[in-house]
Amino acid sequence: MKTRILGGAALVSLIATMAVGLTLPPTEEQEDFARLIAIHPAIAWVAYVAFGVMALGSLLYLIPATRARVWDRLAAASAEVGVVFTALMLVTGSLWGRPVWGVYWTWDARLTLSALMLALLLGYVALRRVTVEVDRRAMVSSIAGLAAVVVIPLNHFAVTWWRTLHQGRSLVRVSPGSELDARYIQAMLLGFVAMTLVYAWLLVHRYRLEVLEEEQGDVELEAAIAERRAEATEVLV
Amino acid sequence: MLRDAALVAGKDLRVEARSRVALNQVAPFAILVLVLFAFALDPDRGVLVRASAGLFWVAVAFTALLAVQRSFAIEVADGARDGLRLSGLDPAGIFLGKAGAVAAELLALEVLLAAGVVVLYNTDLHGIGVLVLTCLLATLAIAAAGTLYGVLAAGVRMRETLLPLLLVPVMAPVVLAATKASEAALTSAGTDAWPWIRLLGAFAAVYLAVGTVAFGPLLEDA
Repeated sequence: MKTRILGGAALVSLIATMAVGLTLPPTEEQEDFARLIAIHPAIAWVAYVAFGVMALGSLLYLIPATRARVWDRLAAASAEVGVVFTALMLVTGSLWGRPVWGVYWTWDARLTLSALMLALLLGYVALRRVTVEVDRRAMVSSIAGLAAVVVIPLNHFAVTWWRTLHQGRSLVRVSPGSELDARYIQAMLLGFVAMTLVYAWLLVHRYRLEVLEEEQGDVELEAAIAERRAEATEVLV
Repeated sequence: MLRDAALVAGKDLRVEARSRVALNQVAPFAILVLVLFAFALDPDRGVLVRASAGLFWVAVAFTALLAVQRSFAIEVADGARDGLRLSGLDPAGIFLGKAGAVAAELLALEVLLAAGVVVLYNTDLHGIGVLVLTCLLATLAIAAAGTLYGVLAAGVRMRETLLPLLLVPVMAPVVLAATKASEAALTSAGTDAWPWIRLLGAFAAVYLAVGTVAFGPLLEDA
Protein backbone atom coordinates (compact mmCIF):
# COMPACT_ATOMS: atom_id res chain seq x y z
CA MET A 1 0.00 0.00 0.00
CA LYS A 2 2.73 2.42 1.00
CA THR A 3 4.59 1.52 -2.17
CA ARG A 4 1.48 2.43 -4.14
CA ILE A 5 1.52 5.88 -2.57
CA LEU A 6 5.22 6.20 -3.44
CA GLY A 7 4.50 5.03 -6.99
CA GLY A 8 1.59 7.45 -7.30
CA ALA A 9 3.71 10.34 -6.06
CA ALA A 10 6.46 9.36 -8.51
CA LEU A 11 3.97 9.25 -11.39
CA VAL A 12 2.34 12.57 -10.49
CA SER A 13 5.66 14.37 -10.08
CA LEU A 14 6.93 12.85 -13.31
CA ILE A 15 3.87 14.09 -15.20
CA ALA A 16 4.26 17.50 -13.56
CA THR A 17 7.93 17.58 -14.60
CA MET A 18 6.94 16.76 -18.17
CA ALA A 19 4.27 19.43 -18.19
CA VAL A 20 6.53 22.10 -16.75
CA GLY A 21 9.59 20.99 -18.70
CA LEU A 22 7.89 20.88 -22.08
CA THR A 23 6.33 24.30 -21.64
CA LEU A 24 9.60 26.01 -20.75
CA PRO A 25 10.37 28.86 -23.14
CA PRO A 26 13.21 28.09 -25.55
CA THR A 27 16.39 29.99 -24.71
CA GLU A 28 18.35 32.08 -27.18
CA GLU A 29 21.51 29.99 -27.06
CA GLN A 30 20.15 26.49 -26.79
CA GLU A 31 16.64 26.92 -28.15
CA ASP A 32 14.35 23.98 -27.40
CA PHE A 33 17.13 21.81 -26.08
CA ALA A 34 17.45 23.87 -22.92
CA ARG A 35 14.34 22.08 -21.72
CA LEU A 36 16.39 18.97 -21.07
CA ILE A 37 17.38 20.72 -17.86
CA ALA A 38 14.12 19.43 -16.42
CA ILE A 39 15.36 15.84 -16.54
CA HIS A 40 19.09 15.55 -17.29
CA PRO A 41 20.56 16.94 -14.03
CA ALA A 42 17.97 15.01 -12.04
CA ILE A 43 18.82 11.75 -13.82
CA ALA A 44 22.52 12.38 -13.23
CA TRP A 45 21.83 13.03 -9.55
CA VAL A 46 19.96 9.75 -9.22
CA ALA A 47 22.72 7.90 -11.09
CA TYR A 48 25.25 9.10 -8.51
CA VAL A 49 22.89 8.35 -5.62
CA ALA A 50 22.33 4.83 -6.96
CA PHE A 51 26.08 4.28 -7.20
CA GLY A 52 26.50 5.64 -3.67
CA VAL A 53 23.77 3.37 -2.27
CA MET A 54 25.38 0.38 -3.99
CA ALA A 55 28.68 1.33 -2.34
CA LEU A 56 27.11 1.86 1.07
CA GLY A 57 25.23 -1.44 0.91
CA SER A 58 28.43 -3.26 -0.05
CA LEU A 59 30.36 -1.60 2.77
CA LEU A 60 27.73 -2.38 5.41
CA TYR A 61 27.63 -5.99 4.25
CA LEU A 62 31.40 -6.30 4.51
CA ILE A 63 31.60 -4.91 8.04
CA PRO A 64 31.02 -7.99 10.22
CA ALA A 65 29.03 -6.04 12.84
CA THR A 66 26.42 -4.90 10.34
CA ARG A 67 26.50 -7.92 8.02
CA ALA A 68 22.97 -8.73 6.91
CA ARG A 69 21.43 -9.82 3.64
CA VAL A 70 19.36 -6.65 3.56
CA TRP A 71 22.47 -4.60 2.66
CA ASP A 72 23.45 -6.97 -0.12
CA ARG A 73 19.96 -6.86 -1.59
CA LEU A 74 19.90 -3.09 -1.30
CA ALA A 75 23.23 -2.81 -3.12
CA ALA A 76 22.02 -5.20 -5.82
CA ALA A 77 18.75 -3.35 -6.34
CA SER A 78 20.44 0.03 -6.40
CA ALA A 79 23.11 -1.09 -8.87
CA GLU A 80 20.55 -2.38 -11.32
CA VAL A 81 18.41 0.76 -11.13
CA GLY A 82 21.66 2.72 -11.33
CA VAL A 83 22.52 1.10 -14.67
CA VAL A 84 19.26 2.43 -16.11
CA PHE A 85 19.78 5.94 -14.80
CA THR A 86 23.47 6.11 -15.75
CA ALA A 87 22.60 5.00 -19.28
CA LEU A 88 19.78 7.56 -19.39
CA MET A 89 22.18 10.23 -18.16
CA LEU A 90 24.54 9.47 -21.05
CA VAL A 91 21.67 9.35 -23.57
CA THR A 92 20.02 12.60 -22.48
CA GLY A 93 23.43 14.25 -22.27
CA SER A 94 24.26 13.15 -25.81
CA LEU A 95 20.90 14.34 -27.12
CA TRP A 96 21.65 17.73 -25.61
CA GLY A 97 25.30 17.74 -26.60
CA ARG A 98 24.69 17.17 -30.31
CA PRO A 99 22.79 20.42 -31.01
CA VAL A 100 24.50 22.54 -28.35
CA TRP A 101 28.13 21.37 -28.46
CA GLY A 102 27.87 20.03 -32.00
CA VAL A 103 28.87 16.50 -30.99
CA TYR A 104 27.14 13.58 -29.32
CA TRP A 105 30.21 12.80 -27.32
CA THR A 106 33.25 14.69 -26.23
CA TRP A 107 36.16 13.40 -24.16
CA ASP A 108 35.37 15.67 -21.32
CA ALA A 109 36.49 14.45 -17.90
CA ARG A 110 33.01 14.20 -16.50
CA LEU A 111 31.63 12.37 -19.54
CA THR A 112 34.45 9.87 -19.57
CA LEU A 113 34.03 9.25 -15.87
CA SER A 114 30.30 8.66 -16.32
CA ALA A 115 30.95 6.11 -19.05
CA LEU A 116 33.42 4.27 -16.82
CA MET A 117 30.88 4.38 -14.00
CA LEU A 118 28.37 2.66 -16.26
CA ALA A 119 30.97 0.01 -17.09
CA LEU A 120 31.62 -0.60 -13.38
CA LEU A 121 27.91 -0.93 -12.65
CA LEU A 122 27.45 -3.31 -15.58
CA GLY A 123 30.35 -5.39 -14.30
CA TYR A 124 28.80 -5.55 -10.85
CA VAL A 125 25.42 -6.61 -12.22
CA ALA A 126 27.03 -9.18 -14.53
CA LEU A 127 28.99 -10.64 -11.63
CA ARG A 128 25.77 -11.10 -9.65
CA ARG A 129 24.11 -12.83 -12.58
CA VAL A 130 26.68 -15.59 -12.83
CA THR A 131 27.11 -16.29 -9.13
CA VAL A 132 24.45 -18.64 -7.85
CA GLU A 133 24.95 -19.37 -4.18
CA VAL A 134 23.44 -16.50 -2.17
CA ASP A 135 25.98 -15.98 0.62
CA ARG A 136 28.94 -16.35 -1.69
CA ARG A 137 27.38 -13.96 -4.16
CA ALA A 138 26.82 -11.43 -1.41
CA MET A 139 30.46 -11.57 -0.31
CA VAL A 140 31.95 -11.52 -3.79
CA SER A 141 29.71 -8.76 -5.12
CA SER A 142 30.15 -6.63 -2.00
CA ILE A 143 33.89 -6.66 -2.53
CA ALA A 144 33.38 -5.87 -6.22
CA GLY A 145 31.00 -3.06 -5.28
CA LEU A 146 33.42 -1.53 -2.84
CA ALA A 147 36.33 -1.94 -5.26
CA ALA A 148 34.27 -0.07 -7.86
CA VAL A 149 34.08 2.84 -5.44
CA VAL A 150 37.84 2.78 -4.96
CA VAL A 151 38.28 2.85 -8.72
CA ILE A 152 36.09 5.92 -9.24
CA PRO A 153 38.41 8.47 -7.59
CA LEU A 154 41.43 6.88 -9.33
CA ASN A 155 39.66 7.25 -12.65
CA HIS A 156 38.68 10.75 -11.64
CA PHE A 157 42.30 11.83 -11.10
CA ALA A 158 43.55 10.20 -14.27
CA VAL A 159 40.75 11.49 -16.46
CA THR A 160 40.73 15.02 -15.05
CA TRP A 161 44.49 15.38 -15.52
CA TRP A 162 44.21 13.88 -18.95
CA ARG A 163 41.74 16.51 -20.08
CA THR A 164 43.22 19.47 -18.25
CA LEU A 165 47.00 19.00 -18.47
CA HIS A 166 46.99 19.48 -22.20
CA GLN A 167 44.13 21.51 -23.50
CA GLY A 168 42.12 23.87 -21.37
CA ARG A 169 38.81 23.16 -22.97
CA SER A 170 35.96 25.08 -21.42
CA LEU A 171 32.56 23.71 -22.15
CA VAL A 172 29.45 25.76 -21.65
CA ARG A 173 27.74 24.07 -18.77
CA VAL A 174 24.23 24.68 -17.61
CA SER A 175 24.52 25.49 -13.96
CA PRO A 176 21.82 26.96 -11.78
CA GLY A 177 22.20 30.68 -11.27
CA SER A 178 23.86 31.45 -14.59
CA GLU A 179 21.34 33.44 -16.56
CA LEU A 180 18.61 30.96 -15.90
CA ASP A 181 15.32 32.40 -14.95
CA ALA A 182 13.29 31.09 -12.06
CA ARG A 183 11.16 28.83 -14.24
CA TYR A 184 14.15 26.84 -15.31
CA ILE A 185 15.33 26.34 -11.77
CA GLN A 186 11.83 25.31 -10.73
CA ALA A 187 11.62 22.78 -13.55
CA MET A 188 15.01 21.38 -12.58
CA LEU A 189 14.10 21.08 -8.90
CA LEU A 190 10.81 19.42 -9.81
CA GLY A 191 12.81 17.00 -11.95
CA PHE A 192 15.01 16.20 -8.94
CA VAL A 193 11.95 15.37 -6.84
CA ALA A 194 10.36 13.29 -9.60
CA MET A 195 13.48 11.29 -10.47
CA THR A 196 14.30 10.65 -6.81
CA LEU A 197 10.79 9.32 -6.25
CA VAL A 198 11.01 7.14 -9.36
CA TYR A 199 14.35 5.81 -8.11
CA ALA A 200 12.93 5.04 -4.67
CA TRP A 201 9.93 3.27 -6.17
CA LEU A 202 12.05 1.18 -8.53
CA LEU A 203 14.45 0.41 -5.71
CA VAL A 204 11.67 -0.92 -3.46
CA HIS A 205 10.32 -3.14 -6.21
CA ARG A 206 13.71 -4.39 -7.28
CA TYR A 207 14.50 -5.18 -3.65
CA ARG A 208 11.33 -7.26 -3.32
CA LEU A 209 12.15 -9.05 -6.54
CA GLU A 210 15.56 -9.90 -5.08
CA VAL A 211 13.87 -11.41 -2.00
CA LEU A 212 11.52 -13.41 -4.21
CA GLU A 213 14.40 -14.67 -6.33
CA GLU A 214 16.25 -15.85 -3.24
CA GLU A 215 13.11 -17.59 -1.98
CA GLN A 216 12.56 -19.21 -5.34
CA GLY A 217 16.12 -20.49 -5.25
CA ASP A 218 15.51 -22.05 -1.81
CA VAL A 219 12.19 -23.58 -2.89
CA GLU A 220 13.71 -25.08 -6.02
CA LEU A 221 16.61 -26.50 -4.05
CA GLU A 222 14.24 -28.14 -1.56
CA ALA A 223 12.11 -29.52 -4.37
CA ALA A 224 15.18 -30.96 -6.05
CA ILE A 225 16.33 -32.58 -2.80
CA ALA A 226 12.84 -34.02 -2.20
CA GLU A 227 12.85 -35.43 -5.73
CA ARG A 228 16.21 -37.15 -5.22
CA ARG A 229 14.95 -38.57 -1.90
CA ALA A 230 11.85 -39.92 -3.63
CA GLU A 231 14.04 -41.58 -6.25
CA ALA A 232 16.16 -43.16 -3.55
CA THR A 233 13.16 -44.58 -1.67
CA GLU A 234 11.75 -45.97 -4.91
CA VAL A 235 14.94 -47.90 -5.44
CA LEU A 236 14.86 -49.19 -1.87
CA VAL A 237 11.26 -50.33 -2.14
CA MET B 1 53.85 -13.21 4.58
CA LEU B 2 56.69 -12.35 2.21
CA ARG B 3 58.06 -15.88 2.45
CA ASP B 4 54.61 -17.20 1.50
CA ALA B 5 54.48 -14.71 -1.37
CA ALA B 6 57.85 -15.91 -2.65
CA LEU B 7 56.65 -19.53 -2.43
CA VAL B 8 53.47 -18.86 -4.42
CA ALA B 9 55.24 -16.67 -6.97
CA GLY B 10 57.90 -19.36 -7.38
CA LYS B 11 55.23 -22.00 -7.90
CA ASP B 12 53.41 -19.93 -10.55
CA LEU B 13 56.61 -19.09 -12.37
CA ARG B 14 57.68 -22.75 -12.27
CA VAL B 15 54.32 -23.74 -13.77
CA GLU B 16 54.96 -21.17 -16.50
CA ALA B 17 58.53 -22.35 -17.06
CA ARG B 18 57.25 -25.91 -17.59
CA SER B 19 54.07 -25.20 -19.53
CA ARG B 20 55.39 -22.17 -21.48
CA VAL B 21 51.88 -20.84 -22.07
CA ALA B 22 52.88 -17.20 -21.76
CA LEU B 23 55.91 -17.75 -23.98
CA ASN B 24 54.26 -19.88 -26.67
CA GLN B 25 50.79 -18.33 -26.77
CA VAL B 26 50.57 -14.96 -25.04
CA ALA B 27 53.81 -13.51 -26.43
CA PRO B 28 52.98 -14.21 -30.10
CA PHE B 29 49.49 -12.84 -29.45
CA ALA B 30 50.97 -9.61 -28.07
CA ILE B 31 53.06 -9.14 -31.21
CA LEU B 32 50.00 -9.90 -33.35
CA VAL B 33 48.13 -7.10 -31.59
CA LEU B 34 50.92 -4.72 -32.63
CA VAL B 35 50.61 -5.97 -36.20
CA LEU B 36 46.84 -5.41 -36.11
CA PHE B 37 47.36 -1.82 -34.99
CA ALA B 38 49.63 -1.30 -37.99
CA PHE B 39 46.84 -2.58 -40.25
CA ALA B 40 44.27 -0.31 -38.58
CA LEU B 41 46.44 2.82 -38.62
CA ASP B 42 48.23 3.77 -41.80
CA PRO B 43 51.93 2.98 -41.17
CA ASP B 44 53.11 5.53 -43.74
CA ARG B 45 51.76 8.68 -42.18
CA GLY B 46 53.56 8.50 -38.87
CA VAL B 47 50.42 7.76 -36.91
CA LEU B 48 51.99 4.65 -35.47
CA VAL B 49 55.04 6.50 -34.16
CA ARG B 50 52.96 9.21 -32.54
CA ALA B 51 50.52 6.73 -31.03
CA SER B 52 53.08 4.08 -30.10
CA ALA B 53 52.92 4.78 -26.34
CA GLY B 54 49.17 4.32 -26.30
CA LEU B 55 49.23 1.27 -28.56
CA PHE B 56 51.92 -0.29 -26.40
CA TRP B 57 49.80 0.07 -23.25
CA VAL B 58 46.62 -1.17 -24.92
CA ALA B 59 48.57 -4.24 -26.05
CA VAL B 60 49.83 -4.67 -22.48
CA ALA B 61 46.25 -4.44 -21.18
CA PHE B 62 45.13 -7.20 -23.57
CA THR B 63 48.02 -9.47 -22.65
CA ALA B 64 47.38 -8.74 -18.96
CA LEU B 65 43.85 -10.11 -19.37
CA LEU B 66 45.30 -13.33 -20.76
CA ALA B 67 47.99 -13.54 -18.08
CA VAL B 68 45.40 -13.15 -15.32
CA GLN B 69 43.09 -15.72 -16.91
CA ARG B 70 46.00 -18.11 -17.06
CA SER B 71 47.07 -17.36 -13.50
CA PHE B 72 43.67 -18.48 -12.19
CA ALA B 73 43.07 -21.21 -14.73
CA ILE B 74 45.91 -23.14 -13.08
CA GLU B 75 44.23 -22.70 -9.68
CA VAL B 76 40.74 -23.74 -10.84
CA ALA B 77 42.00 -26.88 -12.61
CA ASP B 78 42.15 -30.03 -10.45
CA GLY B 79 40.82 -28.10 -7.46
CA ALA B 80 44.21 -26.53 -6.83
CA ARG B 81 42.42 -23.67 -5.11
CA ASP B 82 41.33 -25.98 -2.32
CA GLY B 83 44.97 -26.89 -1.89
CA LEU B 84 45.88 -23.22 -1.62
CA ARG B 85 43.11 -22.69 0.92
CA LEU B 86 44.21 -25.63 3.03
CA SER B 87 47.92 -24.89 2.72
CA GLY B 88 47.86 -22.54 5.70
CA LEU B 89 49.66 -19.86 3.71
CA ASP B 90 48.83 -16.26 4.57
CA PRO B 91 46.12 -15.09 2.08
CA ALA B 92 47.89 -11.74 1.77
CA GLY B 93 51.04 -13.66 0.90
CA ILE B 94 49.18 -15.72 -1.72
CA PHE B 95 47.84 -12.50 -3.22
CA LEU B 96 51.25 -10.84 -3.35
CA GLY B 97 52.80 -14.02 -4.75
CA LYS B 98 50.27 -14.43 -7.54
CA ALA B 99 50.39 -10.71 -8.34
CA GLY B 100 54.18 -10.86 -8.33
CA ALA B 101 54.23 -13.78 -10.74
CA VAL B 102 51.77 -12.02 -13.08
CA ALA B 103 53.87 -8.84 -12.85
CA ALA B 104 57.06 -10.76 -13.70
CA GLU B 105 55.41 -12.34 -16.75
CA LEU B 106 54.00 -8.99 -17.83
CA LEU B 107 57.38 -7.28 -17.49
CA ALA B 108 58.95 -9.90 -19.72
CA LEU B 109 56.13 -9.42 -22.24
CA GLU B 110 56.59 -5.64 -22.05
CA VAL B 111 60.26 -5.98 -22.97
CA LEU B 112 59.16 -7.99 -26.00
CA LEU B 113 56.42 -5.49 -26.86
CA ALA B 114 58.84 -2.58 -26.53
CA ALA B 115 61.19 -4.33 -28.92
CA GLY B 116 58.20 -4.88 -31.21
CA VAL B 117 57.30 -1.19 -31.10
CA VAL B 118 60.88 -0.19 -31.89
CA VAL B 119 61.22 -2.66 -34.77
CA LEU B 120 57.72 -2.59 -36.26
CA TYR B 121 56.74 1.05 -35.67
CA ASN B 122 60.21 2.51 -36.01
CA THR B 123 59.82 4.42 -32.75
CA ASP B 124 62.95 5.85 -31.13
CA LEU B 125 63.21 5.21 -27.42
CA HIS B 126 64.07 8.22 -25.24
CA GLY B 127 64.09 8.64 -21.50
CA ILE B 128 64.77 4.97 -20.79
CA GLY B 129 64.89 5.52 -17.03
CA VAL B 130 61.46 7.12 -16.96
CA LEU B 131 60.08 4.40 -19.24
CA VAL B 132 61.42 1.63 -17.02
CA LEU B 133 59.95 3.27 -13.91
CA THR B 134 56.61 3.72 -15.67
CA CYS B 135 56.59 0.07 -16.70
CA LEU B 136 57.43 -1.12 -13.19
CA LEU B 137 54.72 0.91 -11.45
CA ALA B 138 52.02 0.38 -14.09
CA THR B 139 52.74 -3.36 -14.21
CA LEU B 140 52.51 -3.60 -10.44
CA ALA B 141 49.14 -1.81 -10.51
CA ILE B 142 47.79 -3.92 -13.37
CA ALA B 143 49.00 -7.18 -11.80
CA ALA B 144 47.51 -6.29 -8.40
CA ALA B 145 44.13 -5.29 -9.88
CA GLY B 146 44.19 -8.30 -12.18
CA THR B 147 44.90 -10.73 -9.34
CA LEU B 148 42.13 -9.22 -7.20
CA TYR B 149 39.54 -9.49 -9.98
CA GLY B 150 40.98 -12.79 -11.12
CA VAL B 151 40.18 -14.49 -7.82
CA LEU B 152 36.84 -12.68 -7.72
CA ALA B 153 35.87 -14.19 -11.04
CA ALA B 154 37.68 -17.51 -10.54
CA GLY B 155 34.81 -19.25 -8.80
CA VAL B 156 32.01 -18.25 -11.15
CA ARG B 157 30.68 -19.60 -14.39
CA MET B 158 31.51 -17.73 -17.60
CA ARG B 159 34.59 -16.18 -16.01
CA GLU B 160 36.37 -15.88 -19.37
CA THR B 161 33.90 -13.26 -20.56
CA LEU B 162 33.25 -11.70 -17.19
CA LEU B 163 36.85 -10.91 -16.31
CA PRO B 164 37.45 -8.39 -19.14
CA LEU B 165 34.25 -6.53 -18.26
CA LEU B 166 35.31 -6.28 -14.62
CA LEU B 167 38.98 -5.60 -15.20
CA VAL B 168 39.06 -3.11 -18.07
CA PRO B 169 37.39 -0.19 -16.22
CA VAL B 170 39.80 -0.85 -13.35
CA MET B 171 42.84 -0.90 -15.64
CA ALA B 172 41.60 2.16 -17.54
CA PRO B 173 43.22 4.81 -15.29
CA VAL B 174 46.48 2.83 -15.21
CA VAL B 175 46.58 2.54 -19.00
CA LEU B 176 45.81 6.25 -19.29
CA ALA B 177 48.47 7.38 -16.82
CA ALA B 178 51.08 4.96 -18.18
CA THR B 179 50.40 6.15 -21.73
CA LYS B 180 50.81 9.77 -20.71
CA ALA B 181 54.01 9.08 -18.78
CA SER B 182 55.50 7.09 -21.68
CA GLU B 183 54.47 9.74 -24.19
CA ALA B 184 56.14 12.40 -22.09
CA ALA B 185 59.29 10.28 -21.84
CA LEU B 186 59.36 9.62 -25.58
CA THR B 187 58.75 13.17 -26.73
CA SER B 188 60.45 15.43 -24.19
CA ALA B 189 63.12 15.20 -21.54
CA GLY B 190 60.65 13.34 -19.41
CA THR B 191 59.92 16.05 -16.86
CA ASP B 192 56.21 16.04 -17.80
CA ALA B 193 56.11 12.40 -16.86
CA TRP B 194 56.55 12.88 -13.10
CA PRO B 195 52.95 13.79 -12.16
CA TRP B 196 51.78 10.71 -14.06
CA ILE B 197 54.42 8.50 -12.47
CA ARG B 198 53.37 9.67 -9.02
CA LEU B 199 49.78 8.86 -9.98
CA LEU B 200 50.87 5.40 -11.14
CA GLY B 201 52.62 4.89 -7.81
CA ALA B 202 49.39 5.79 -6.04
CA PHE B 203 47.42 3.34 -8.23
CA ALA B 204 49.85 0.55 -7.50
CA ALA B 205 49.72 1.26 -3.76
CA VAL B 206 45.91 1.39 -3.69
CA TYR B 207 45.40 -1.79 -5.72
CA LEU B 208 48.03 -3.68 -3.74
CA ALA B 209 46.45 -2.55 -0.46
CA VAL B 210 42.88 -3.42 -1.52
CA GLY B 211 44.01 -6.77 -2.89
CA THR B 212 45.97 -7.68 0.23
CA VAL B 213 42.94 -7.00 2.43
CA ALA B 214 40.24 -8.47 0.18
CA PHE B 215 42.01 -11.58 -1.08
CA GLY B 216 41.48 -13.65 2.06
CA PRO B 217 37.66 -13.50 2.16
CA LEU B 218 37.51 -13.94 -1.63
CA LEU B 219 39.69 -17.04 -1.55
CA GLU B 220 37.53 -18.49 1.21
CA ASP B 221 34.24 -17.75 -0.51
CA ALA B 222 35.00 -18.01 -4.19
